[in-house]
Amino acid sequence: MHELSIAISMIDQITEESESRGGLDVEAVHLKLGAFSGVDKEALLFAYELACEGSLLEGSRLVIETIPLVIYCATCQKDRVPPSLYQLSCPECGSPGQKIVSGREIEVASLEIAA
Amino acid sequence: MSARMVEVRAKVLKQNDLLARALRERFRREGTCVVGLVSSPGSGKTAFLEKLLAGLARDSRVAALVGDLATENDAARLRRATPNVRQINTGTVCHLDAQMVEKALESWRLDRIDFLFIENVGNLVCPSSYDLGEELRFVLLSATEGEDKPLKYPTIFNSSDVAIITKMDLAEAAEFDLPAARRNIESVRPGMHVFEVSAKTGLGMQAVFDLLHAQLARARQPQMAATR
Repeated sequence: MHELSIAISMIDQITEESESRGGLDVEAVHLKLGAFSGVDKEALLFAYELACEGSLLEGSRLVIETIPLVIYCATCQKDRVPPSLYQLSCPECGSPGQKIVSGREIEVASLEIAA
Repeated sequence: MSARMVEVRAKVLKQNDLLARALRERFRREGTCVVGLVSSPGSGKTAFLEKLLAGLARDSRVAALVGDLATENDAARLRRATPNVRQINTGTVCHLDAQMVEKALESWRLDRIDFLFIENVGNLVCPSSYDLGEELRFVLLSATEGEDKPLKYPTIFNSSDVAIITKMDLAEAAEFDLPAARRNIESVRPGMHVFEVSAKTGLGMQAVFDLLHAQLARARQPQMAATR
């Protein structure tokens, strides 16, 4: 359960971002979360609410966009979505996918600010 | 009332990643080969590390950092092999991060250490997100745990460089299916090197020593060329 650590890192980061922009009234935080990031979406939503208490982000929403795992198939020379998170091979030709293109992200994409 | 969007595009673990990168550069500069160890609790990390330290200490300078939620037990055990052991107690935190590692290294002369091992908290989930600046990450899987662990925890296996199957002396009793385990590792991390060991009998340990010595020699090569 490191989602609480992740949530706290997020809040610190956004607070800093807000200060550097002269204070923002954040209504929602949009996060890109890779399917292969090792972070659980539901646990993070739960942890976020707890971690926000008493912070600048109290009452804000967390909107998570899941980024699928994509590998590069050296045989097809194409980016491919593997059959599952535990089978990192090309769905077309079956070659093993040694390179991950995306799916590990834990990234704050944007902030929704009250107008 | 309409809201406006502000683009941020910031990695949440940026601070950790930056610090880990700085640590990695420092380890390379000082010529220290740093290896992280991750596994579930009870997979034999400490026994394996004890054997590693004792074996390598015959001709190399070794040190270890050990992460646990609580107690100094593991550090005390490892000090039988080398005095250079520090325990990191994380309290309630389920993983080590780069800052904990940096702090624990305080006052150590890295240029006098050939191999530094960082034993993470026993956990196959959380440590996968945190880079510690290590050159190699070993993920351990014991023969008594079952062959499907890699499929259940693909992210940690994929974020590691080498898989070590421990407690091989118990494989037969546990009816451990070695080919299936190897297949499952290959499925989540194609091309991964796999070693089979028993810390108890010493089986397979020499191959791991050889790998580490080769890694150290490789790490120091460009540096030696640069000083010439």
